[in-house]
Formats: sequence, structure tokens, C-alpha cells
Amino acid sequence: MRIILKKKDYEDMVARARAELPNEACGLLAGRDEGGERAIEKVYMLTNTDHSPEHFALSPKEQLDAVRDMRAHGLKLSGNWHSHPESPARPSAEDIRLAFDKNISYLILSLEDKENPRLRAFHIENGSSAPEELFFTD
Amino acid sequence: MFITVGGERKEAVDGLTVAGLIALEKVEMPEYVSVPVNEEFVQRDNFETHVLKDGDVVEFLYFMGGGVFAGEGC
Repeated sequence: MRIILKKKDYEDMVARARAELPNEACGLLAGRDEGGERAIEKVYMLTNTDHSPEHFALSPKEQLDAVRDMRAHGLKLSGNWHSHPESPARPSAEDIRLAFDKNISYLILSLEDKENPRLRAFHIENGSSAPEELFFTD
Repeated sequence: MFITVGGERKEAVDGLTVAGLIALEKVEMPEYVSVPVNEEFVQRDNFETHVLKDGDVVEFLYFMGGGVFAGEGC
């Protein structure tokens, strides 16, 4: 799956991740799938209820609000995202273990290099992860 | 009766419980799914006893989280 993300949304994710330091930031992604491409139309910033630099959990209430908003806008759940404040942009064993929805993409934003954030996308299924192509658009 | 599940209106039998709906919908890994009915989250302990009513709006939300544990070297 090729993931298409607006540059502005990426910048907003970076800003949110920096604002949440030292804790992990997290959220949801909504969009549309067509012909092997997944266009992200909306990025949701949710509360990390773990308030931790090493763990994240999305607020269920905010998750519900986001899903309802997606539906109202004709979008579907495309994925989730979270930041790694001090580690690379790849899923940890715990990220993989807790990725229960194989139909969505998992985006990880690393702030390990504070000046050069790195965002990568993954498909996670049956306990293993594989990178997905990620493209930015204006 | 009719209920709405994940945004889709569906016919359901009277007396259907949340647990019954989870089975009917073949929800994978239900132990990691939370279920709001009309925006109120049903306690997991009540899945077997919470009977759905005509017009109920039900969602299945997977737990979403993760983390890096000490020594993992991620």
C-alpha cells in the first residue's frame, strides 16, 4: 500500500510530537483507499492516556469521537500514528504485539534526531511488520 | 429490531447482547475491543448481559497503543 500524506499534516504531526515531549504523542489517520493507494485526508491528535515517554494508548473516548467525525466526512479509519521521542522510526515489539487491526497502517514518527524527524509507515499483521511506501504531497 | 453497527444499519434479533453481536460480527480478538453503545462504553464484564435495544448505535473500537520496554533496544 502506498501512503499519501499532505506535507502540512506531516508538519502538524511533528509540531504535536515536539509539544508532547518528553512523552510519546499519538493519534489517528483517516482517508480513502483506491487502487493500492491510501490517501490520508485527516490527521487526528489524540491524548496519550499513558502520558509516558515509552508507551502510548489512545483515549477510547477521543477514538470514538474521531471515528464519528470520519464517518461524518465520508472517510474511513486509515491508521494510527505515534511518536518515538528517543528511538528510531520502526515498530517496537510492543507496538507489533498491540497492533490488532491488520486493515490499517501504522505510522511512527521518530524524534531521535531532534532536528531531522523521520516518519515511516508500516503494515503489521500476524506479529510481523513490513514498511509501506510513504509519499508527501502539497 | 434495527441497530446501527459501525455506521451500518442492520436488523437484529430481540434479546441480542453485546457478546452475541461480537460473535455475529465475527469480531477478531474481542478481548481488545471496547464497545460503546449510544456513546456509553459497556464494561467488558457486562458484554454477556447488556441487551441491545431497537435504535442502538454500536461501535467496535480496537485498543490502540504500544511502547518500548527497557532493554528492547528499539
